[in-house]
Amino acid sequence: MRGILLTGTAAIALLGFAGLAHAEGELNIYNWGDYTSADMIKKFEQAHNVKVTITDYDSNDTALAKVRAGGHGFDIVVPSANYVPIWVKEGLLLEARPDQMENFKNVDPRWVDVPWDPGRHYSVPWQWGVTGIGVNSKVYGGDINTAAIFLDPPAELVGKINVAPEMNDVLFATIKYFGGNWCTDDKELLKKVRDKLVEAKAKWLAMDYSVTEKLPAGDYSAVYYWNGAIMRSRLTNADIKFGYPKEGYPIFMDSVAILKDAKNVENAKLFMNFIMDPENAAMISAFAKYANGIKGSEQFMPEEMKTAPELVVPAEYEKAGQFLESCSPEIVDLYSRIWTDVQK
Amino acid sequence: MSRPRTFDLRAQPGFAFIALFTFFMLYLPIAALVVYAFNAGDSMAIWEGVSLRWFQAAASNERVQEAALRSAIIAICAASIATTAATMAAIATTRTKPYRGLTFKYAFINQPLMVPEIVTAVALLIVFSRIKVWTGYSGLGYLVAAHAAFCIPFAYLPIRARLESMDLTLERAAADLYATPWKTFRYVTLPLLRPGIIAGFMLAFVISLDDVVITEFVKSGGQDTLPTYMLGQLRRETTPEVNAIATVFLLVSLILVTAFFFINRRKA
Amino acid sequence: MASAAETARQAERADVRSRWLLSTPALLIILVAAIGPLFVMLAYSFMVKGDYGDVKFGQFSLDGWFSVFFSRDIFDDTVGLADAHLSIFWRSVKLSLITTLLTLGLGFPTAYFIATRPASTREVWVFLITIPFWTNLLIRTFAMQEVIRNEGILNTLMMWLGLIDRPVQLMYTDVAILFGMVYVYLPLMVLPLYASMEKLDFRLVEAGYDLYATRLRVLWRIIIPLVRPGIVAGSILVFIPSLGAYVTPRVLGGGKNMMLGNLIELQFGAGRNWPLGAALSITLMAIVMLALLVYVRNAARSGAQHV
Repeated sequence: MRGILLTGTAAIALLGFAGLAHAEGELNIYNWGDYTSADMIKKFEQAHNVKVTITDYDSNDTALAKVRAGGHGFDIVVPSANYVPIWVKEGLLLEARPDQMENFKNVDPRWVDVPWDPGRHYSVPWQWGVTGIGVNSKVYGGDINTAAIFLDPPAELVGKINVAPEMNDVLFATIKYFGGNWCTDDKELLKKVRDKLVEAKAKWLAMDYSVTEKLPAGDYSAVYYWNGAIMRSRLTNADIKFGYPKEGYPIFMDSVAILKDAKNVENAKLFMNFIMDPENAAMISAFAKYANGIKGSEQFMPEEMKTAPELVVPAEYEKAGQFLESCSPEIVDLYSRIWTDVQK
Repeated sequence: MSRPRTFDLRAQPGFAFIALFTFFMLYLPIAALVVYAFNAGDSMAIWEGVSLRWFQAAASNERVQEAALRSAIIAICAASIATTAATMAAIATTRTKPYRGLTFKYAFINQPLMVPEIVTAVALLIVFSRIKVWTGYSGLGYLVAAHAAFCIPFAYLPIRARLESMDLTLERAAADLYATPWKTFRYVTLPLLRPGIIAGFMLAFVISLDDVVITEFVKSGGQDTLPTYMLGQLRRETTPEVNAIATVFLLVSLILVTAFFFINRRKA
Repeated sequence: MASAAETARQAERADVRSRWLLSTPALLIILVAAIGPLFVMLAYSFMVKGDYGDVKFGQFSLDGWFSVFFSRDIFDDTVGLADAHLSIFWRSVKLSLITTLLTLGLGFPTAYFIATRPASTREVWVFLITIPFWTNLLIRTFAMQEVIRNEGILNTLMMWLGLIDRPVQLMYTDVAILFGMVYVYLPLMVLPLYASMEKLDFRLVEAGYDLYATRLRVLWRIIIPLVRPGIVAGSILVFIPSLGAYVTPRVLGGGKNMMLGNLIELQFGAGRNWPLGAALSITLMAIVMLALLVYVRNAARSGAQHV
């Protein structure tokens, strides 16, 4: 017992020193977990003599709540597209004008005038991807470019489907499946959406995150999930094929932004500029396995990613992709009640 | 007496079997975990041959090592504080005539059990972030305080259960021999209480090691613990690297136990 | 010149005072880092929800509380009981209750087994119970998957033994959730039980056998009453946290059906309804607290020494 107490007191004494030291040359990045390439960070640290600290979050809402509460000490955050306007509206982001930075010329024009940050006054692209269909072609050989794979599944796939446990992604695909618009408040259509999801859920196996494990291993035969994870699955099991739901699929893009109360604004700006360099952007992609939105980064990417069907959207399906906008509070309330009803 | 001499007072039919079965089931997943730490492939589910690559990966991953160390430090601090406070509180709330506020204390101490973590987490975020702004201090202290608070009931209940089932005669004897209350406590009560304290400390320790949600909301920059670090992997890709880390953890604890066992035996 | 009664009263008062002093650290820590902040939550439950999470501070509203118990139908606006919440609540209570009974069924013999080992090895067995729990919850839950997957250890073992001829689907069922919860919560049952059994007075057991009691009767009439505080402590430690369990139902249950923990989490996350989340959790806490207080009262009445 006394040993325990002693260790305890010693450790407490150590704690006092943990919070100190805000030396020059620091950068505090708050990013999604398992998303930041350690090699890229090392390169940045050496190039600019800055000590980078990375802290993880696992949902947009957690990150938003924490930063809004204050006292966080972060400089950089990486919110998803639909959340950027919220961060701006709540006055949390610094108007860092990345569009005037040296490397901005490298940003793919497709990602410059984006609806959530027109002209890129606040944020620069980090990674983007889509939520799509992954199917084990040994189990099912039909058309997989449709949300019917998980909403009206073919008999071969019933009971072997995994759907991402994400309210917005699932509702988006289902609303599109019935020809509606995202953020619709059309009650009749939403009733169809609810009933369809209740009916379809009975045919799913799970709503889980562990796709890169279980899709290649055969626990799942079909998934509605993020393209990067499905690509990783294909690299383990070549039978996995990727499909773009032609009815409509959500696109996400996570963008790097600087916080208004950042302590290391200059370093943060250096970092923004740094990741718009094609070679550095490619390092991020090589680690996180998503596309990055920087022109010319392809040539630095690993061979397997340059032509990956999960990352290179075929022209015929390009139009079906749409950003997950943030809906009005009333609609969010409506959608979360439908979601609760589906999962009760 | 008609009882045979070899009659074992303590035996209960089937108990040893159930106990050994329980131990077997406890260690079965752990065995799987350790085996996959040596997987050559990227997966925790598909076996592709033996290799040490995930141990190498873990050894060169500074973030994960720091996170593991931080988890251990927080757990040791929080469990020590919680166990000490809980022992005192347990003594104060047992073996007494009911007094005003006794029930209240009981409910108060067990309160952290009753709220889902996310609620305490959000509440703590709101309060602690104000304190962080005011004081400018953003060290590990907040995490230790938060962990200590939710660990207290886990330490308190076993200690209290121990106190309640404990025999009073020895303490009375000590008091009759004019031992001061402190001496009675130090040399009689405390040794008797030891199994309860160990049980309580162990529970508090593992509960703190496991915590994700409260840590996620209370942590400041650069304060990821092993669970919050893993939470990110959960959404993207889990590799046997975490198995390798867990295996090292297990090895260390096994060494500790063995050492503990031998020290105890020498004493005995 | 104080009378004997006066001295006794004074001694009693001093005793109560020192008891308050002793419990101060625990009460203080919980006040600062658990209960105090909850008052913020209580206040939040009475406010208008913010557009993007949080609340509109200072704007009073009962909407959060209203939607705990009632729901406006999504499609025709009629008001009815919140049956989604009720069914999620019932499901959580049911699974937690079964978990508690199962951990007791496995934990009691295990704790008894440990408590009846020679004194020098007991603590080693206690360590052995907790070592699996030094790896964290997420890793442990993943490891559990390896056991109960279709190609997992359990199915392979049973097929090898010829008990079944094709894998039983365990993953993503309630059975998997129970498996996982029992696994996760087992030490919370075993350790308090062990703590109260370790000094079991076997003279009483001997007396029982002297009176020709059977083993079962001795267990039921002598051992169980003696270790009742441990059973109670263990059951509280298993039942209440499993009501709010979050990771296990999500990973092993496949996340298709919510438990209370997931429902409340949704309100603070993508649902962006903090007042409802706060009201839901305060309701849960009130129910649990009430049950606990009723229990403590009854126990206090039935026997003064076993509160």
